Amino acid sequence: MDYIINITTAILKGSVNTLQLYFVVVLFSVPLGAAIALGKLSKSKWIQRAVGIYTWVFRGTPLLLQLFFVYYGVPILLRNIGAATGMPLSVSIKPFAAAVITFSINYAAYMAEIFRAGIESIDKGQYEAAKVLGMNYWQTMTRIIIPQTIRRVLPPTCNEAITLVKDTALVAAIAMPDLLRAAKEAVTRDFTITPFIIAAAVYLVFTSVVVVVFGKLEKKYSIYE
Amino acid sequence: MIMIKAEHIYKKFGTLEVLQDVSLEVHKGEVISVIGPSGSGKSTLLRCLNHLEKINKGSIQIEGSYIAGEDAHGKKLSIIKKELSITEKEIRLTCKKIGMVFQNFHLFPHKTVLQNIIEAPMTVNKMSKAEAIKEAELLLQKVGLLDKRDVYPSQISGGQKQRVAIARALAMNPDIMLFDEPTSALDPELVGEVLTVIKELAKDHMTMVVVTHEMAFAREVSDRVVFMDQGQIIEDASPQKLFTDPDHPRIKTFLEKMI
Repeated sequence: MDYIINITTAILKGSVNTLQLYFVVVLFSVPLGAAIALGKLSKSKWIQRAVGIYTWVFRGTPLLLQLFFVYYGVPILLRNIGAATGMPLSVSIKPFAAAVITFSINYAAYMAEIFRAGIESIDKGQYEAAKVLGMNYWQTMTRIIIPQTIRRVLPPTCNEAITLVKDTALVAAIAMPDLLRAAKEAVTRDFTITPFIIAAAVYLVFTSVVVVVFGKLEKKYSIYE
Repeated sequence: MIMIKAEHIYKKFGTLEVLQDVSLEVHKGEVISVIGPSGSGKSTLLRCLNHLEKINKGSIQIEGSYIAGEDAHGKKLSIIKKELSITEKEIRLTCKKIGMVFQNFHLFPHKTVLQNIIEAPMTVNKMSKAEAIKEAELLLQKVGLLDKRDVYPSQISGGQKQRVAIARALAMNPDIMLFDEPTSALDPELVGEVLTVIKELAKDHMTMVVVTHEMAFAREVSDRVVFMDQGQIIEDASPQKLFTDPDHPRIKTFLEKMI
């Protein structure tokens, strides 16, 4: 019993990092995704093309590769540029920062597609009603379109939120201490699979919380239906 | 005073000529009904008048301000968007004088009846919330829906939705009201309540252009009736004349089918 408590404590300590990463990524990726979605719907062909390339690259390559690229690749790239130009460019990125940057950019690409589809699903009549009342683009989007979009994007966003919980485990690959790494250390040290089972339970608790929170949000946003 | 002056407007959707050389003048306090078969361009004409559609040729003035066409100095205005020399903002300001009611209401579903009405006065006209609510309640009383102020649009009938939509448009204090088939999406027994509200507005001398299939209503309320067919106005006359003795045989056949 003591053993289980000790292991659980260690794993929960590791999950503090996981949770920090999770919330910081949510904080960055949602607004970034919304901005990119507006870019996709922009009238400017150049903005459309730029954000198109963005989602093409970040949805089309493995998240783990992107993580390696930011953590190992960017410092090398900067050093080479430094060597070529004579500027002393040497940067080392902390694992947490690399994870935040990579996950935020990657998830924003997915969120952008969800938001774009949500915005496009709103009836054209809503834009026209806003227009004939004298509202400009910004007022129309913030007061009329986006509030209606929120309800519709909640279910697919919930999927992404659950996936993100599990994807955080990838940070083990850049030596960041997290939930899964704490469990794996205990497994290799003690030759027992109990820590894995505890880790699975903790992940299940996290994802369940996500599901419950989104369920509440959906209810809150459907009062008008 | 001339409220709307549309001169020789043309509108194409791709290769389809929806409006061909349409001219229309609406004076202050006049009620104009636009009738005609489906696809004759009635709704498109209405939508051009408040810049929901851009015209390809011709000009439109609202209370003397151009929203499309060439101004007095021969400058091209926003016929198609590349030739803008008045800004979208100026057009928006001019079009604020026009209220519009749609066939399918287009109420904001995430806002209550009251919130639908106070939204534009507050965000566009920067009216205080208290004042906006006061005016909204007066308007709701006028359309007979004060008891529905705190429900969402999904909870009321089509006729009630349309009355809310009328109140929402009136909240911006328009000089002109455009109605695009306001009763076409309604169950027959709900048509009357909406027409009653529009008739009330006519009594208050609101300038109105109403696209409608309600012949009895057009005959009773309008000062002039405009008959459109295949993108053209083929007759513009008093209801008396148009309904009893139209010049054009096409109108006769149409009216025979309608009644």
